[in-house]
Amino acid sequence: MEGLLTEVFLGSLLFGAVTAGVPLLLSGLGEQISEKAGVLNIGIEGMMLMGAYAGFAGAYYTDSFTLGFLIGGLAGVMAAAVMVVLCVLLSMNQIVVGIAITLGGEGLTALLHHFQFSRSYPRLGRPETLPVPWLSDLPIVGSAFFDRNPLVYAAVLLTVALVWVFKRTHVGLNLQAAGDKPAALDAAGVSVTLTRSLAVLSTGLLSGLGGAYLSTIGGGLFLPFMTGGAGFIAIVLAMLARGKPMWVLFGAFMFGGSLSMTTAMQVAGVNIPTDVIQMLPFAMVILVLIIFARNSYLPPALGNPYHRGAR
Amino acid sequence: MRDVVKDGKAMEAQKAMETLSRVLRILLPVVLALVVGGLILLAFGKDPLTYYGYVLRRGLLSDTGLQASITRMAPLLLIAAGLIVAFRSGLWNLGVDGQFLLAAVFVAALAPILARHLPSTLVFLICFLIAIVVSASWSFIPAYLKARHGINEIISSLMMSFLGVSLANVLIKIPFNDPATTVPQTETLDVADRLARLGDTTVHWGIILAVVAVIAVHYVMEHTALGLRLQLVGSNPRTAKHAGLDLRLLTIIAFAASAGLAGLGGAVDVLGVQGTIRADWNPAYGIMVIPLVFLARYNGYAVIGFVFFFAVLMIGGESAARRLAVPHYFVLVLVALLMLFLAVTEFLEQNLRQRKAG
Repeated sequence: MEGLLTEVFLGSLLFGAVTAGVPLLLSGLGEQISEKAGVLNIGIEGMMLMGAYAGFAGAYYTDSFTLGFLIGGLAGVMAAAVMVVLCVLLSMNQIVVGIAITLGGEGLTALLHHFQFSRSYPRLGRPETLPVPWLSDLPIVGSAFFDRNPLVYAAVLLTVALVWVFKRTHVGLNLQAAGDKPAALDAAGVSVTLTRSLAVLSTGLLSGLGGAYLSTIGGGLFLPFMTGGAGFIAIVLAMLARGKPMWVLFGAFMFGGSLSMTTAMQVAGVNIPTDVIQMLPFAMVILVLIIFARNSYLPPALGNPYHRGAR
Repeated sequence: MRDVVKDGKAMEAQKAMETLSRVLRILLPVVLALVVGGLILLAFGKDPLTYYGYVLRRGLLSDTGLQASITRMAPLLLIAAGLIVAFRSGLWNLGVDGQFLLAAVFVAALAPILARHLPSTLVFLICFLIAIVVSASWSFIPAYLKARHGINEIISSLMMSFLGVSLANVLIKIPFNDPATTVPQTETLDVADRLARLGDTTVHWGIILAVVAVIAVHYVMEHTALGLRLQLVGSNPRTAKHAGLDLRLLTIIAFAASAGLAGLGGAVDVLGVQGTIRADWNPAYGIMVIPLVFLARYNGYAVIGFVFFFAVLMIGGESAARRLAVPHYFVLVLVALLMLFLAVTEFLEQNLRQRKAG
């Protein structure tokens, strides 16, 4: 146990926290946008898997991480489009459609993987990083935070940007109104359907990106069911963050840290069965839910389709 | 007189139409899912007709296949019974897989020990009880959070499910591990100590228990005071509260009953079929039974039919995975398609009805 507080252990823990945290951050922010607009998106897990598969295949065939991200994001948008059509336009049950998207994403990507990659299990090379001058030379935090792929910085910048969008812009107010009082938004002449559709599509884009990050940079390969519940953790993050993007950021790295414990422990030479470590993030979610039970917040119109004129 | 005859005829026609639409709204999603699934197979270069034909032959038309399908129905039906209780009470118990697996692991670990000392009837009874207690207590946290703080049970029950699956693995690898085997697994229950077979078949009597459970749940929910209370809590919590019902208690009862039935499914699967559980075994039946329960509109009798259809698909699909190299993930895709088309059919039906009414 002496190895626990060494530089190597802390370095690999922080590094892993960021690697595991970025997919959670991206999809957590995505879920937050949907939830604000009044759509509960249970299909995140499926959207992430679609992004993970498409992102990996894209990066593998085009030999470019950037194109891989784009293709992964696009796959997420396509999965989200199903949800837009069925839930927003046709007012179907969001939970039923969400479960269907998750199951479909799991099955479809596992099938695609089976027919394409299951014999060779190709791996991607090391991703390029963009070291921040000076800061990247710092001990421990340098390699964990400041010598990363540009998508990592972009995800953090997006969090800050969303704070501003939610607080200071019309778009943010419209989103909020679509979830809190859709009828009021409608009365103000803004289309609830359009607002919610765009919100769900951005969720798809961000979850797709999160999935693509997981397969291309996180693992360097695609495995069936590789998200392992990350999509559902993202939903919890969004729920507990009460509409505040910064809390999603904080939570994502906390959960990322507990997800990356396994590798860090192995580096430090501590041997705990991986299953015990795998329980950590979910146990943390339950604990957080119990402790902060009163504080989690969901918009009043969440999960309800909007019908103009209906009461 | 003529008018009366006319009315009678109109009524008969209307009744026929209603039956037709009921059959259609059940068959349509199934047919559409199979067709679109077939197109997906085609895209992967597999012949859908060969695949479906093979699934039918291996899951339904051969003696061993049919018996395997009926045997598989037992855990699926018990899970379905649990889901009917939850959904009718307006609760989304999405944690059935964890509840099922934890109960199964406890039963798998304890049954061989109990079987050495006690007569088998008593062993089964104790095992069923253990399964119910384990799974029901695993549902307590989500139930409490929902009842006390209104926390969305979808997420919390799912989290408990992930937690339960990992905990099951830890239990198998450490305290319940059979040291006589190289792969981590629980001690194997002797075939002689398992649930008895029915006649000359390979089907064990757990299937009877499962069918009785589904019908009993259907009856309790439709015809007893408790069932009606639970349904009221589900459909209109405010009215339920005004009627003086204890919402919190009813929520916790419904969750525990739902989880307990899923756990019973785990016990039946271990005592009847598996005999032991290996680490990392997680059949994830629950998440696939959910769409079937929707498709049956929470009706116990209809569930039996759909679960049979799905069991055939599963057993046939498992053979096809070995023989035709179409992995069983394809069944997941079919279930997802089934759910999507179910939603679409429901939407179309509502629209038609509104158009008729308006």
